[in-house]
Amino acid sequence: MNAAIYNRRRAVNSVIMLLAWFAAASGIFVLALILGTLLYKGVGGVSWAVFSQNTPPPGSAGGLLNAIYGSVMMTLIGTALGTPIGILAGTYMAEYGRGSKLSMVVRFINDILLSAPSIVIGLFVYEMLVVTMGHFSAWAGGVALGLLVLPVVVRTTEDMLLLVPDSMREASSALGSPRWVVIMQVAYRAARAGMLTGVLLAIARITGETAPLLFTALNNQFMSTNMNAPMANLPVVIFQFALSPYADWQKLAWTGALLITVTVLILNVGARALSTRTSKS
Amino acid sequence: MNDNSPASGSLTTQKPHLGVREHEGAKQPLSEKVSVKDVCFFYGESKALKNITLPIYERKVTALIGPSGCGKSTLLRIFNRMYDLYPKQRAEGEILFDGGNVLDPKQDLNLLRARIGMVFQKPTPFPMSIYDNIAFGIRLYERLPKSEMDDRVESALKRAALWDEVKSKLGTSGLGLSGGQQQRLCIARTIAVRPEVVLLDEPTSALDPIATAKVEELIYQLKNDYTIVIVTHNMQQAARVADYTAFMYLGELVEFGETRQVFTKPTKSRTEDYITGRFG
Repeated sequence: MNAAIYNRRRAVNSVIMLLAWFAAASGIFVLALILGTLLYKGVGGVSWAVFSQNTPPPGSAGGLLNAIYGSVMMTLIGTALGTPIGILAGTYMAEYGRGSKLSMVVRFINDILLSAPSIVIGLFVYEMLVVTMGHFSAWAGGVALGLLVLPVVVRTTEDMLLLVPDSMREASSALGSPRWVVIMQVAYRAARAGMLTGVLLAIARITGETAPLLFTALNNQFMSTNMNAPMANLPVVIFQFALSPYADWQKLAWTGALLITVTVLILNVGARALSTRTSKS
Repeated sequence: MNDNSPASGSLTTQKPHLGVREHEGAKQPLSEKVSVKDVCFFYGESKALKNITLPIYERKVTALIGPSGCGKSTLLRIFNRMYDLYPKQRAEGEILFDGGNVLDPKQDLNLLRARIGMVFQKPTPFPMSIYDNIAFGIRLYERLPKSEMDDRVESALKRAALWDEVKSKLGTSGLGLSGGQQQRLCIARTIAVRPEVVLLDEPTSALDPIATAKVEELIYQLKNDYTIVIVTHNMQQAARVADYTAFMYLGELVEFGETRQVFTKPTKSRTEDYITGRFG
């Protein structure tokens, strides 16, 4: 053994390891800084009023009830629109059209949709729905969010179904199951946790989206349950309040940001818990 | 490869022996449950099976042996048209089963597969409870009241010699069983549908010797009610469980006959070479 080569190798290893350690630490540091600031500035504003009162005019007390309601409603619509279409499309690609031209094209377009800037989606829905209907609406916001959910669900559904071994499908077919039984009762069941994880991640993605809602649902100072009218929502309220010169609005914006972050964190941890449970079974 | 006329030749030489096969119980006349007639198989352009002709006798165990790539699994997967799941695979010829041709394009595949069951090399329990694994196939074709379904599940598990090990945990996942138990679960699942023919594709190659012995014992029991075709790499296994053995090589059927005759007095030199371990 040549000692010089060996020592050099050890030295290079130490340097690289130090660099990698530093990179990892700075990543975590930035994340901790963001979360810390958010907690520091936001936690003081969390009170029952936040969940029970609507967004206030400048200078008076209020909460975020109408924005929370709007965000939940539009997230529900977006998920309800994007999930079934996404699951069906992913099922086509993994089960029926495996290797077919159509699924190659769909996969390619889906990848583009997956990485499309959300503001482009917002503009698209603005042109398609807001302009034609003549006004901003919660429906348009839901559709825009649905378009963001769709590619995530398509991708995870396809990936998770492809992870189901073909031997499982063969075994099910060998008992005389028609194709749909193989898919619904065996493949879906085997891929269930992974597919659910995908939906959760998609919800996490749209929870904080501002740009698509800015062009579609806009905002609403008041509580509105009319899906056909502009509706308040957390991201746009945060955007508006944070830029305002009023201290109490800024405080509410921090609280709203904290709410969104905690929601996303819970969704991500839930998704992680689900996927580790799958890999064990 | 052209020097031996496939199947039919050795088959004719077998005919005189067929009646004298010693067997406990009644010496019922043999009937062909399935007849493979001049079957060829293609993976895309490449021909994997060449003019196979072979009888599968009712309530007997027929073993398909031969070196890797000889086409024995391919042949097995034709009986229940498993290859139909994949594009670019096709079969020619005839497989007669109860008067119909399995290879007929109009054949109802789901019904066919309910009548010709299959157990795979790797245990493939579904991600559901032990009970539901067994009930899965039954529910496809029968609507049974709960008590009757319970009976069917129990009897299938008993036939597969698994009942005593799982009766207290029928509600737990089938994935939690050991490899050998999973394979017996798959056998139970297959016979729960009450097929007429059971295809076994190297059912013990992923199992340890004790689990293998259990499955072999099971096969021996099952042939009272089912016609069994088993693909195996293990020649001792073929000798132990099979009444008839077909030796395949490079996509051709080299020799078919009673197991004892194939193993002790093979008529083809290539069979002898394989059985004595000279190749494969």
